[in-house]
Amino acid sequence: MMIARRKLVGSLGVAAGGLLLSGCDRVAGTPAFRSFVEGTDGLTIDFTRLVSKRDALAREYTLTDLSPVFRANGTRVPAAPEYQSLMANKFADFRLRIDGLVRQPLSLSLAQLRSLPVRTQITRHDCVEGWSAIGQWTGTPLSGLMKQAGLMPSARFIVFHCADDYGASKYYESIDLIDAFHPQTILAWGLNGQRLPIQNGAPLRLRVERQLGYKHAKYVMRIEAVASLAQIGAGKGGYWEDSNDYAWYAGI
Amino acid sequence: MATAAEHAINAPLAPGSGSPGIYRHRLATRLWHWSNVVVLIIMLMSGLMIFNAHPRLYWGEYGANSDYAWLEIGPTATGGHLVVAGLDIPTTGILGQWTDANGNQQTRAFPYWATIPSGYNLAGARRWHLSFAWAFAILTIGYLIISAANRHIRRDLLPKKSELAPAHLWQDVKDHLRLRFHPTDGTAHYNILQKLTYGLVLFVLLPGVLLTGLTMSPAFNAAWPWMLDLFGGRQSARSLHFICAAGLVGFILVHLLLVMLAGPINEIRSMITGWLHVRKVEEGSA
Repeated sequence: MMIARRKLVGSLGVAAGGLLLSGCDRVAGTPAFRSFVEGTDGLTIDFTRLVSKRDALAREYTLTDLSPVFRANGTRVPAAPEYQSLMANKFADFRLRIDGLVRQPLSLSLAQLRSLPVRTQITRHDCVEGWSAIGQWTGTPLSGLMKQAGLMPSARFIVFHCADDYGASKYYESIDLIDAFHPQTILAWGLNGQRLPIQNGAPLRLRVERQLGYKHAKYVMRIEAVASLAQIGAGKGGYWEDSNDYAWYAGI
Repeated sequence: MATAAEHAINAPLAPGSGSPGIYRHRLATRLWHWSNVVVLIIMLMSGLMIFNAHPRLYWGEYGANSDYAWLEIGPTATGGHLVVAGLDIPTTGILGQWTDANGNQQTRAFPYWATIPSGYNLAGARRWHLSFAWAFAILTIGYLIISAANRHIRRDLLPKKSELAPAHLWQDVKDHLRLRFHPTDGTAHYNILQKLTYGLVLFVLLPGVLLTGLTMSPAFNAAWPWMLDLFGGRQSARSLHFICAAGLVGFILVHLLLVMLAGPINEIRSMITGWLHVRKVEEGSA
């Protein structure tokens, strides 16, 4: 009797496990699951913003904390011909374009960017995969560029268009104005006291220190202020968001 | 009150024996328990998929492929292995190299039957994990508050001084080895090993897994930088998150085993209805 019961409970457990396994993959495709996921995603953004000050700083480390090797991930060298020719000329012909919903579109060379106020910060880069690397970033604060260009009142997001073809489409990312005007949000052109290496995003990469690595767009060519992300790419605000359903908000 | 002359047989009653039961589990405990069955399993399995994206663990603030990993799971030339603190353990077929449901060989750390989603999908696993984390956080914090308010913690979980005496602890270890789990006085108090285990789960592993999880968030690091100091850096928090989760898996396995040994019908019924049937045996009949 007892053994029969144990067998029964055991086989119920196995059955429940199997149901769970095949069930979860099926549940993930349902509209109800989708709205649950999007609801909690919104809750996460709201809660994060509620408990942190608008300008709360990511921790800054010291030179002794640097990772011995700063891991490069994703594109190592963009293959696009336009990028290749810029690279051949050591980015002397590179111009960062800032346009969209701005009063004064800008086109800036690296020398012009470097002549603007500079910020250097030693921060931790957290990849969505789970690893972290600490590096010293030097660059131009995005807030200054945004003020220079003059955002129109309708601008709500800042989109970063990149040089690298990642898979079938160009890499891009986007952030909201809270992160765009955050003091640690910079367009970095230096890493660990050197010119930013190609594999880490030369000539310019975004640092948006309160979010995960995929938001830190490398090879930034153009910055566009927009009212909505719906018209950009597949409309989810970034390459990985469009292609693999990564969350647009990557603070967690 | 039961007297010393009364002995109890620990084998639970068959259902429907009509003996008076003991109200052992309050509604809050039962609701929490069964919610956790769902939520914790989803958290654990989606967590294993997230681990699969980078199956290496480090101590300190940083850690990536060129840094020393104290734990690593991956493929070898011929199979799969787990390397923990320099110890190389072959795990072919289970970890690092295994065959999926379609008969294809895979080299991810945890196999398809242990992860949500079952096929490699970091973004999907994060959707599951970070959504159900809300349910998990609300359940854990809510249960701690309710259990403090209804005196469950003080009355049922807090060990008495006498129970912590080495002789008492040793007696309870011996009782467990003899598969005697229930008190012999006709009550249904938790025994001391049970209290210590539930205490470890409720006050260390569950809050630990929640806090170390939040410490991996760059946004929460900016909001609450003290969390990084509490756990010794982001990668330490990630390691501790994994260790707490492994502790919870260990708890679940031992918990299921003990439920089986203590009499699954009576135990599971008590967790559904609240009532545990305990048979008191007249003197001399034991």
